[in-house]
Amino acid sequence: MPEAVLFFIFGALALAGALGVVLMRNPVHSALCLVGVLISIAVLFVIQDAQLLAAVQVIVYAGAIVVLFLFVIMLLGVDRHESLHDPVKSQRPLAIGVGVVSVAAFIVLGNANWTSGDLASRGVVSPAGTNNVKAVADSLFTTFLWPFELTAVLLVIAVIGGVVLARRSHLPARDELHELEEQDSEVQDSEVPDSEVPDS
Amino acid sequence: MSAVLAADPLLGGDIDLTVVLIVIAKTVVIFALLLVLVMFYIWFLRKVIADMQNRVGPDNAGPWGILQTLADGIKFFFKEQSIPDTADRWVFRLAPYLSVLPAFLAFSIIPIGGKVSIAGHQTYLQLADPPIGVLFLLMMSGIGLYGVMLAGWASGSKYPLLGSVRASAQLLSYEAAFGLSVVAVLLHSGTLSTRGIANAQAWTSWHSFVTDWYWSVAIVSFVIFVIAAVAETNHPPFDLVEAEQELVGGFHTEYTGIRFAIFFLAEFMNVITMSAIAVTLFLGGPSGPALGFLPKTGVVNVWLMPIFWFFLKLMALLFGTVWLRASLPRLRYDQLMDLGWKWLIEISFLAVMVTGVVVVARDQGWERWIAVPAAFGGAIVILGLLRMCMPRRDEPVSEVV
Repeated sequence: MPEAVLFFIFGALALAGALGVVLMRNPVHSALCLVGVLISIAVLFVIQDAQLLAAVQVIVYAGAIVVLFLFVIMLLGVDRHESLHDPVKSQRPLAIGVGVVSVAAFIVLGNANWTSGDLASRGVVSPAGTNNVKAVADSLFTTFLWPFELTAVLLVIAVIGGVVLARRSHLPARDELHELEEQDSEVQDSEVPDSEVPDS
Repeated sequence: MSAVLAADPLLGGDIDLTVVLIVIAKTVVIFALLLVLVMFYIWFLRKVIADMQNRVGPDNAGPWGILQTLADGIKFFFKEQSIPDTADRWVFRLAPYLSVLPAFLAFSIIPIGGKVSIAGHQTYLQLADPPIGVLFLLMMSGIGLYGVMLAGWASGSKYPLLGSVRASAQLLSYEAAFGLSVVAVLLHSGTLSTRGIANAQAWTSWHSFVTDWYWSVAIVSFVIFVIAAVAETNHPPFDLVEAEQELVGGFHTEYTGIRFAIFFLAEFMNVITMSAIAVTLFLGGPSGPALGFLPKTGVVNVWLMPIFWFFLKLMALLFGTVWLRASLPRLRYDQLMDLGWKWLIEISFLAVMVTGVVVVARDQGWERWIAVPAAFGGAIVILGLLRMCMPRRDEPVSEVV
């Protein structure tokens, strides 16, 4: 009973927040609505006994990713008079089509019987009384250790890629760079390894 | 749903009216306790700093000026509240609550006493003991960031915006070291629940102070935790967020009246919560010697002594924060970032690895006097190698500009 009440309250909040994300004019308000959605969904996770998932949801998404969104919005400044003119003409009908298809897919897949037997979208993540965190850690560090490590490597690559891209954008344009390089070559030759300078 | 609640014996059985009333009573008590603690802490802070600077400090309102904070609070209530024309009115009003709510909620997981029985029900003296325990604290500190960030942005003027951008950068940077420094305790205790961590540090004899409390076995993490916690709460010497000389008041420059007071409240509440967390994780929480000449199951030893020890430790740490405030000058921005990214994060990573070795050595029965020094030595060597790879301050950074 309390589960059902909580589900309807926070389900409604999540839906309202999701609408807010799309409909708010101001990007900061949209980001705040997104935080509301994430926290409501975290509550839904708790109702399903997935406490770890709820914690990760709030820490990673609400606590870090949306903060970064806001950070960027704040630094770039909010343009209140954003034009609604679409540079890509076919974008809107395409978006509506994709939206309809994905809603249909959710409804169909959510009600489908999977090979595992049960309905995919229902059921408790770990049986009551067991430690959610321990269950996740057990499977993550035994059965799924290899994919887990690969994901870690992937993330490191992404971080390094991000750093490389960000560094490059701070450097002057390529032509200026070559001039600068020639000027400074005597002075900085020993200090600038080749890999630091974007070639080609 | 049941697993969320079952950790406390109070909620394990049938939930009847008495249980609900006990939970409501606990909530009200914790709420009031935090408010009173904040009032007391602000008075304490002003008095101690006054002493350290050879001043008298507040001494008009009440005996020794102890009601000064109450007087300030009442004054804030009756002041005019202004909203700048350029402000985003909706977010401007929301921001103070976003910063005070997490501060309140985070305190709910602190065990402030032992297991007691109220009206025939066994319960822990703590509001909530979720199985995700410490992660809940990280959740709250993540949400708390929004208050500061949005306050600065919504004010619609330059200084608050600069203050809040600084705040976001600082909090995000120190969140990593903060989270990693907690991991050592989690590895040692094997649980995330704050009650479980406190129980793992239970007082057995006089040497528990060193052998059972985690400040000693996880000393490196303890030091990093304290530094990162001070930075997370924007407490001096890390209060660049509201550096008066540079930013007027930082993110709350445009706030007046009770909205400003709420920020003020949240800031001090965070200091208290962080100290309480440090007590729970590293200093044994409510554990301490019982009074031997009184019965072990009497009211004094079951109810009062754990609460006494908890608050004694809390006061010691709070005094430490006041001491910091009185004696250390503010860091420069680059020093702040250097400390966070180049020192704290890598050292806390290494501390986690060393703790892993120590815990495995304990569980596998390896020779402790070989495994632990080897792990420490390895960590120090790695740290040295990392330092050698980093560009030093006096060297020009190899970058074409």
